[in-house]
Parts: sequence; structure tokens; C-alpha cells
Amino acid sequence: MSGNNGSGKPKFAMYWAASCGGCEIAVLNIHEKILDVDANFEVVFWPVAMDAKYKDVEAMPDGSILLTLFNGAIRNSENKHMAEVLRKKSQILVAFGSCANEGCMPALANLSSKQDLYDTVYDTISTENPDGVRPQTKWEVPEGELEIPEFYPVVRTLDQVVPVDYYIPGCPPESHQIAAVIDLVIQVLQGKAELPPAGSVIGAGTSTVCDECERTRNIKHIKEFTRIQNIEVDPELCLLEQGILCSGPATRSGCNALCPQAGAPCIGCYGPADDALDFGARLMSAVASVIDSKDPEEIDRILDGIPDPAGSFYRFNLAGSLLRASKSAWFGNGK
Amino acid sequence: MTDTETFEPIIIGFTCNWCSYRAADLAGTARVKYAPNVRLIRLMCSGRLDPTFVLKALSGGADGVMITGCHPGECHYLEQNYKALRRYMLLKRTLAQLGIEPGRVKLVWASAAEGVHLAAEITKLVEEIRALGPLNWPTAGDGTFPGELGVEMNTHEEVAA
Repeated sequence: MSGNNGSGKPKFAMYWAASCGGCEIAVLNIHEKILDVDANFEVVFWPVAMDAKYKDVEAMPDGSILLTLFNGAIRNSENKHMAEVLRKKSQILVAFGSCANEGCMPALANLSSKQDLYDTVYDTISTENPDGVRPQTKWEVPEGELEIPEFYPVVRTLDQVVPVDYYIPGCPPESHQIAAVIDLVIQVLQGKAELPPAGSVIGAGTSTVCDECERTRNIKHIKEFTRIQNIEVDPELCLLEQGILCSGPATRSGCNALCPQAGAPCIGCYGPADDALDFGARLMSAVASVIDSKDPEEIDRILDGIPDPAGSFYRFNLAGSLLRASKSAWFGNGK
Repeated sequence: MTDTETFEPIIIGFTCNWCSYRAADLAGTARVKYAPNVRLIRLMCSGRLDPTFVLKALSGGADGVMITGCHPGECHYLEQNYKALRRYMLLKRTLAQLGIEPGRVKLVWASAAEGVHLAAEITKLVEEIRALGPLNWPTAGDGTFPGELGVEMNTHEEVAA
């Protein structure tokens, strides 16, 4: 495997598109393992950790970066441009973290039209904007023409824009999982291990969070949905059984069921389990099954306990879901 | 958009092996006429209906989905049709937030003897969806979206392949 032209060490890059920066923190959270990264790789591009310009990356030969961890969703034309550049320059492009994998929080904006999003931001009671100006992609000033990225109406995942080699899920990925992946890549470099098949999800399990959760599970009969602040949570019993909406049944394992073990429901940050095509559908299926009623009126009343179904079932996965976005995001408010 | 007059909705119909599938069969043998817009898929029970099936249909180009099952209390597997009812009710709430008109997904109970009833429900749904117009979900079709994105819309499966 090449990618080590220049300093002799293979090159490493990490980039953030539409993301919060938590993925970068998670990488630094591998503690002294970060020294192994430095010992085995030359870091050529990592905006949060070092100074490098886009034009520097654009000037690199194609395929010259061995490994790129790409976090963040594709919200605008700048994100898309960097996804395309890094795809070209990298031998291994990894969708790193929930945003790049499935949209995560930025993709919840896919429930609204671009116009509504702009109105929320640029037309609030505290905004001084009498002419109702909206962002322009091009603007003439005496010094020349200014350009800012185009804001897309629909947030996309990385693999909806460029082909991706591997997927590391999580919001953010757990540090022990990142460390294991880095160990694996170093072993591959030393010829001691093989890369997993292209397209694999790595740094995570294949089953569900329920499988890792140590809480006691019985047959569930839910008469009412509630939240952890409203009840005294039984420390041993399955949270869903207690009426707390828990995403464990649909969510990929790999985090050791951190949240449920701490008494908070799983919110689904590791994305869909191996065999789930649509995270929200899988979770809706599981949740609706355990509601204990045959009467439509009572079912309606119980479902009122889930005030925001789309936000609850697609909290991390809207861009990666089958429908990807709401009708108003796709078509605007006109349709 | 296709003219409402000439628009022929595509509807995916999920039927239960023990009731509605036989009702559709009965409608056929009795030569009861109904609109040809529905493509029936046989499940062993409406309780087999994963909401994924409905989303897959709508995202893949269907204009509407019909879910059918045995009347309450008459399920071949005791009470799985109630499970279908609960999934349907939850799915409808989520679809509403995604801007999909409630009329596009419908749950109908039909016993094996109700061929005429099922045929009438199918014809009714076809007309209701014809009035709503095409859904044209952007993930369907040839993979290009004519709107502002102006880019190809690969799916996860295509990338993996």
C-alpha cells in the first residue's frame, strides 16, 4: 500500500463538514494512542488541529493521502467540494461519525424547507433586516466579487455525494472503538492484518444496543409513554418496559449500552443495526408492537405520549433514511 | 406535474394470506371490476407489515399504499392485526411530519368473503389518490433530482455494489 511519498510516512487527513466538532474531540480522546497516529502517519490536513489551506489539498497528487476520516454532513457546496476533493486525494475515505454516516442533527433541518430555515434565522424579532436580505452566493464589492457556499435545500450523507470505503458510526464514535480502528490500520500497514471488505461498518458491532444492555427484559405492555424526569426509574428494568422511549431495539451495538446503563434512554446515535434498512421504521415497528391496546382511541391517547415522532425516530438518521427529507425540504413551500 | 385527468396512480397493496388476499382472489373469480392501479403483495399476515415496506414503496415511486388485514378479532394469528393497526397509526403520525398527505396510506379490513368490499375500497383509494396527484418522491425514478441540488442521488445500496 502506497501513499507515503515525501516524508516516508503514509499521510493522514481529517476533515469536518456540517458537524459540531465532537468527532475531533473523540479522536483526541484516545489519549496516548494519538502518539501512535503521529508515529505512523504524517498528518497533512486537519483544519481543527493544524493550519492548511484547501488549495494545499487540491494541489496534492490524487490518491496521495492514505487515510481520511471525514466527519460532518453535506449541507452546502463547500462541504460537497471538499468531499469530492478528499475522495480524489484519498485511498481510503472513511465516513466518520453520525453526520457523515446518516445526517445526524444537521439533517433534522430536512424536516423544514430552505425558506422556513432562512426565515427562522434571518427574520426573527431580534434581527435587524428591514429589506429581508437572504444569503447571496455572489456579491460585488469594490475589491472584486465575493463568494460564499450555496446552501442546499436537503442535507445529505457523505455517501450520497461520493463513494465511501468504510463507515465508523456514532455521535461521536466511542474512543475505544476509534483506538481499535487505528490499531487495525497500523497492523495493516505493517502487513500483520487485512483490511475489512470495502463498504464495511467498522468500529462498531452488528447487533443492537439491547443486546449489550444489562437491564432485565420481560414481555412489554406499554400503557403510557413517559420521560425519565417524570418517574422514578427502576435501575434494573428495561427502560422501554417502563414507558421510556428507548432507541435500543433499532440501534447498532458498539457503545456498550452507555446511556441505558446510566439510566438515560438510547437515542440512536450509532445508527441502524446491520439488517435495518430504515432506522425510524425499525424503531416504529418495535415501539408500536409493545403498546398494550386494541382500541384505536386508546392507542391514539398512548401515542400522544410521543409528541415528536419524526424527531424521535429519525433523530440521527433522517438524511440516511428511505425518504431522506420532508416534502417541503425537497420541493420548497410551494408544493 | 402530470395532469390529474390522465394521471394513473401507482398503489402498492399489502394483503394478508388469510383474508384480504383471498378477498382479492374472490373479486377476481366473481369478475368484480376494480381499478388496475394497485399492485398486490401477499404477506402471511398484516402483522408482518414492517413500516419499512411502506417507506420503501413511497420512496421508490408509489403514489399510495394500501394495507389490508383481517377484521379486528378475526386474525389467523390471534391478534397480529392489532399490531398492524398500531404500527399504521404511529407511521401516519411520522409521515404527516414529513409532509406526506394522510390519504396516501390507508388501512382497510377485509375478510376472505368480502371481495366486493375490497374491490370498492381499492377503486375508492385510487380516486382519492388521483385527486391528491402524483407523489413523485425525489429518491424514485432515474436517480436525478431536477431541483436545486442538480446532482445524482446515489443510494446506499448503489454505493455498496
